[in-house]
Amino acid sequence: MADTTTPIAAQVALRTDSYTPTPADFEFLTNRDITMDQNFASQSYWKGVAIHFFKNKRAVVGLVIVAVIILLAIFGPLLSSYGYTEIVSATGADGKQVVARGIAPQLPFGQLAGVDHGDLFADKSFLFGTDDLGRDLWTRTWQGARISLIIAFVTIFIDMIIGMSYGLISGYFGGAVDNIMQRIVEIANSIPRLVIVSVLAIFMPKGMGLVIVALLLTEWIGMSKIARAEMLKLKEQEYVLASRTLGAGSFHIIFKQILPNTIGPIITQMMFSIPTAIFTEAFLSFVGVGIVLPDCSIGSLIEAGFNNITTLPYQILPPIIVLALQMLGFNFIGDGFREALAPKLEDM
Amino acid sequence: MTKYVLKRIAMALGTLLLITFLLFVLVRIMPGNPFPSERMSAEQIANKRAEMGLDDPILTQVVNYMSKVLRGDFGKGTSLYNGAPIKTVLGQCISNSFRIGGLAILIGTAVGLLLGITAALNKGTFIDGFATVFSIIGVCVPSYIFLIFLQYFFSYRIPFFPYFFDNSRFLFSSIVPSLSLSLFTMSTIARFTRNEMVEVMDSDYVRLAESKGLQGGALVRKHVLRNALIPIVTVLAPLIVDLLTGALVVEKIYGINGIGKLMVDAIAGEGVDYNYVLALGILYSALYIGIMLVVDILYGVLDPRIRVAAKEGGDA
Repeated sequence: MADTTTPIAAQVALRTDSYTPTPADFEFLTNRDITMDQNFASQSYWKGVAIHFFKNKRAVVGLVIVAVIILLAIFGPLLSSYGYTEIVSATGADGKQVVARGIAPQLPFGQLAGVDHGDLFADKSFLFGTDDLGRDLWTRTWQGARISLIIAFVTIFIDMIIGMSYGLISGYFGGAVDNIMQRIVEIANSIPRLVIVSVLAIFMPKGMGLVIVALLLTEWIGMSKIARAEMLKLKEQEYVLASRTLGAGSFHIIFKQILPNTIGPIITQMMFSIPTAIFTEAFLSFVGVGIVLPDCSIGSLIEAGFNNITTLPYQILPPIIVLALQMLGFNFIGDGFREALAPKLEDM
Repeated sequence: MTKYVLKRIAMALGTLLLITFLLFVLVRIMPGNPFPSERMSAEQIANKRAEMGLDDPILTQVVNYMSKVLRGDFGKGTSLYNGAPIKTVLGQCISNSFRIGGLAILIGTAVGLLLGITAALNKGTFIDGFATVFSIIGVCVPSYIFLIFLQYFFSYRIPFFPYFFDNSRFLFSSIVPSLSLSLFTMSTIARFTRNEMVEVMDSDYVRLAESKGLQGGALVRKHVLRNALIPIVTVLAPLIVDLLTGALVVEKIYGINGIGKLMVDAIAGEGVDYNYVLALGILYSALYIGIMLVVDILYGVLDPRIRVAAKEGGDA
């Protein structure tokens, strides 16, 4: 035993002086082979989610559908030789311009049915046909899908930021702040989207802006509810307490510490909000307050198809199928994501 | 329970009043002109503004408007229906819309429940698969697309049903629009019922009831269905609200003179009709809040746990 008369500090100094540790001190003396347990190895949270997600057949199908539609929306219009507002025409034998009106879906080697234009357009490819004005529907359909997806992604992204911040702040502070913020949500939630759209229609021009603003004003509510519920769950946890004890400010705790843990449910909510946005766009454009000619979206294409349904019945099919597939794909992804985040015991 | 119900009703009325106020102020203070300025001279517009009281202070206008609305007077349209009183127009439209919407909810709920129960009882079989596919399609395709197809095939190709709505043959011509409107409700309820029932049938108390010898119809009716149905009531509210939105396009396509078509005419025409937008906005908000209220109360009545909590806690 060391003598008790020397002060502690001096003792410590004495020991570090007398011995310098070497790396060998931290290695096993004998060459023992320790293997890690692979069977029950822990995996990172997101890796686990990814594994569950890709095990789910429906989710993968949804992902493939959405990926194909996004690719076609980006590259589809480029693959065709016509612009989406271009009226396809050719010069006939008598020198007159003939417009390719109402051609049924055709490939260069033959068409199914439709208006007979002689041999003028026989060597052209119109995979989805042309509409009543002679515009190529392949180009228009993918242009429309592009607009729909842009609207959906932009609005849902902004809504996520607004809703998430609102919900997190409301849940974190609680008390009077929460009370007031939740009353506002309740009132906002009891105004139907339709009424918001109609009031907007009074002072906003019809078009993409109206659709986006209408969606911005309504879709953040669901997001804020999810974020608030997550916050109420998480704010009692030890790491929050630890962070607060160490002097972290509210802003830091909310957005740096708690937010990353709420990402899962929020992404799920986003996946379910995207189809809602696509649906709403299609609905508003169909009614006539959405996208205006000559631009097109899925909704306005369905409306055009509906107006020509008795003369050109095939025209309505491509936008409807694209719409349904978009809805299906995003719903499947959302379902898969929700299940992957909270896997049931039997699926493990 | 009574206290809870009264409190909910008071809250709903308060919200509605607030929304009416907000709507009115918004519509009035927003930039824009309620009259088609190209077709009217400045003098005409000034006269019209004075006649409608648009030059009064905004608070006076609000109070005037609200007191009129409470007496059921919504004023006159600025451009629609040649300025006929909105009250008269609304009266006819509401009855049409309610009959078609009611029929759709009835069909949707009945068939949806039936489909969901059958699927759950035959879990894993062909029927279950069919119900799943059916409900996926029903959720992914908007109701007006079903209507377009039904109209094309069964009114145009095979002219069995009328192509447009015909008020003299009300029931017969409501089949096509009601059916297409009901598909979303039907598929959501079918999916929900199936999942709820499968979950309840897996629970301990049903297993206990089974092990005590209860089986077949009695088990399903008394133990499974009763508990599976409670959450379904909660999805019914958003479904009815979706139905209101869907009805907008369906009424427009099928030429039904309902509130949905009126709304489309009010906002999508050449100029927006301010007074119709206001009246319909109040009507839709009232419907929406009313549905939420009824479902909330119904939920309390159906679920003993909530009823008890409300009784003990005073408010829940």
